[in-house]
Amino acid sequence: MEEGRVVKWHKRDGDPVKAGETLAEVETDKAVMDLVARADGVLRQVAATEGQTVAVGSVVAVIAAAGEAVGAAPASAPKPAPAPPGSGERGAVPSAAVAADATRVKASPLARRIAKEAGVDLKLVTGTGPGGRVTKRDLEARAVVAQPAAERAVPLPAPRSPVVMRGGEAYQDVPLTQIRKTIAKRLAASLGPIPHFFLTTEVDMERASEARDALNKQLGDQGRVSFNDIIIKATAHALTKHPACNAWFQEDHIRYWHEVHIGMAVAVEDGLITPVIRNAELKSLADIGREAKELAEKARSRRLQPSEYTGSTFSVSNLGMFDIDQFTAVINPPEAGIIAIGSIAQKPVVVEGQLAPRRRMRITMSCDHRVIDGATGAAFLKTLKQMLENPLAMLL
Amino acid sequence: MASQFDVIILGGGPAGYVGAIRSAQLGLSTALIEKEKLGGVCVNIGCIPTKALLHSAYIASLLSEAKEFGVEAGAVKTDYGVAMQRSRKVSDQNSKGVEYLMKKNKVTVVKGAGVLQPGRKVKVGNDVYEAKKAVLIATGSRVKGLPQIGLEINKTTVISSDEALFLEKAPPSMAIIGAGAVGMEFANIFHAFGTKVTLIEALPRILPLEDVEASDALAKSYKKRGIEVIAGAKVKKGTVGKDKVTLEVEANGATQKIEVATVLMAAGRAVNTENIGLAECGVQVTDRGFIKVDQNLQTTAPGYYAIGDVAGPPMLAHKGMREGVTVAELVAGKKPHAIRYDNVPSVTYCHPEVASIGLTEDQCKERKVDYVAGRFPFSANGRARGTGETEGFVKILRDKKYGEILGAHIVGGHASEIIHELAVARENEYTVEEVELAIHAHPTMSEAVAQAALDSLGRVVDM
Repeated sequence: MEEGRVVKWHKRDGDPVKAGETLAEVETDKAVMDLVARADGVLRQVAATEGQTVAVGSVVAVIAAAGEAVGAAPASAPKPAPAPPGSGERGAVPSAAVAADATRVKASPLARRIAKEAGVDLKLVTGTGPGGRVTKRDLEARAVVAQPAAERAVPLPAPRSPVVMRGGEAYQDVPLTQIRKTIAKRLAASLGPIPHFFLTTEVDMERASEARDALNKQLGDQGRVSFNDIIIKATAHALTKHPACNAWFQEDHIRYWHEVHIGMAVAVEDGLITPVIRNAELKSLADIGREAKELAEKARSRRLQPSEYTGSTFSVSNLGMFDIDQFTAVINPPEAGIIAIGSIAQKPVVVEGQLAPRRRMRITMSCDHRVIDGATGAAFLKTLKQMLENPLAMLL
Repeated sequence: MASQFDVIILGGGPAGYVGAIRSAQLGLSTALIEKEKLGGVCVNIGCIPTKALLHSAYIASLLSEAKEFGVEAGAVKTDYGVAMQRSRKVSDQNSKGVEYLMKKNKVTVVKGAGVLQPGRKVKVGNDVYEAKKAVLIATGSRVKGLPQIGLEINKTTVISSDEALFLEKAPPSMAIIGAGAVGMEFANIFHAFGTKVTLIEALPRILPLEDVEASDALAKSYKKRGIEVIAGAKVKKGTVGKDKVTLEVEANGATQKIEVATVLMAAGRAVNTENIGLAECGVQVTDRGFIKVDQNLQTTAPGYYAIGDVAGPPMLAHKGMREGVTVAELVAGKKPHAIRYDNVPSVTYCHPEVASIGLTEDQCKERKVDYVAGRFPFSANGRARGTGETEGFVKILRDKKYGEILGAHIVGGHASEIIHELAVARENEYTVEEVELAIHAHPTMSEAVAQAALDSLGRVVDM
């Protein structure tokens, strides 16, 4: 995250605020988050207007003590012009004041350095050191990976209304929203440098369908299990048997994960996001079902916390509901693989010499060849296919 | 009815007495059971008296060089008996100090050998004491000999540090088996009091747990002043006579016979876990004999905790003290900061002193850490030149990418005092840059720390 857009101010200049109160809503890379007051006082010098994009770390407002004299408000431009020499009164004073109260994060120097390098916002990390100080361990716990530092984007004007078809103009320019920008950056960083290859297999889903029907009957009104849930569970299970596919490519090393965190691609209004089902290998189908539903809803209402969409070790993308037979998905780096799920359709299949209608589904796995070789990926896919064709195998 | 306390601590050494004070500070009624003098090995037959003797040794060597500094002291005569008596006074003062601290903090001291009983009880003689909250086992450790090669401690010709600390005079010759901290310190002491010392270490180098450069510097310094150092040596046999011991030592493919008046066993310690009722209470021990504990230092028996040497290595007083504090806080319902066992300083108080914290360079290599080493020799430090303490160096190992201080190694005068800057830095995750940014007073030995940090960044100033 390098910049954010102020969506709405909940407090106005001069309003009294208490620590913990929401000051404003800010749209980050992937979610709308609350900007929370970190101190009691009076909101002063609101420098960012609604709709304005500001760089992380820049001053949006100051929390002053009641009656405290603060310098004049900076101009509401994203980058206040440097004060001309001699006009000392309205210099860079406010940013120093803010650094001291509103945005102060307790973190060790080492943690600051690692976070800076990895592009992690320390405000989002829970510190376990003395007094809630963020330490190296806290960042390791979040499995921070250094991501290539992209050049700082020039602040863009606030997005206008979406495209409307009408006569007259031949085209309309629509600025990229935060989420579009992130998608563009991340996906270009995937298909470009990552040597992808693809493996497709067709799975007989008869028994999975039967299992699903039986489970839903048993669950009654306590929830429902979807095919996607079954696929996530089977994928997590297969990954525990093929740890070579549950890995991150880390430039000079490969991190093989012992835990399975499945990223689940969810389409949202103007893009996509992959919330994470953590430790999917340990969770029951019913739990996965509930969690997937909850995360998808949060994703659509853009209320996902960063911790809910980072740290996945392998991803699943499903376009079956759009009647897509098969497709190839783009790897979500640093993960080494993703599976793309097509629709389940009845097809004539030869079973024991007889032509029979069977429900079939195509899975295409995209592999990062730097981590996964052809036979490795194929062996994983074979296990996954076996598990889906015989869901009871997951109990073995 | 049994006497009741919130906390009962078995053993009044550094872990036990510090745990008792912290318990009392937190409002818990506390009893401390000790069969000998308060303060344990550390105060009575360990850290404290050896430091007193090492200072006597230091004065002897200082006087022998005094002429160079323009001070003539005449012929230097040493008397180990006098130095020993002084060290005993220092120990007694410290032990009395602990007694005073117990009174001040209203800790009930029970003199006698305690035996654990189920139900958080401890029996001393005919009295039974019951702990409402916790029993802390802090029985410590003792020296051990090597009976399998004929070197059982007989307290006359084959002795341990326990006896060495009470000798009336320094023996004419001594073989010290084991060149860890204890062996190194006694080699230093007795050599200064005129004993012909042979230091024998089984591992390939003396101070085997320290960084190779520290070991090498000490081996060089010891050899230069006339202490014989045999590393990578195997003592095959010890023949104990009435007033001499003959050792058969194999090193570098050759076997040699060494005849000495006294052998000092300084190879390892055994924990005191016998006859204190561990098994009866369900307290299990590890394969290596330490008491098995979880991350909260609780043993396999709920309500029974182990602290200090019995809870496992490193067997250091300051590690035990911290464990005492932590367990007291846990028992009082606080949430203490987790003990960072990777950040316990290690110090050997020989001359020059050796102090270290964190990883050695070899450990960095083994763990395939991308590191950079920064060094600064005391020979280039103004203060060290002034005092004539130019032996040794500061060496800092830092992570290449983030500058994390992975390890620090100091050889030199006052290394034991200088190391703490780096302990604080590591505890707070300062990198080499924060260490360097802190202004160091000039001229001090500590400047070498800042210079070593700079050297690791490729910016050393004073060399």
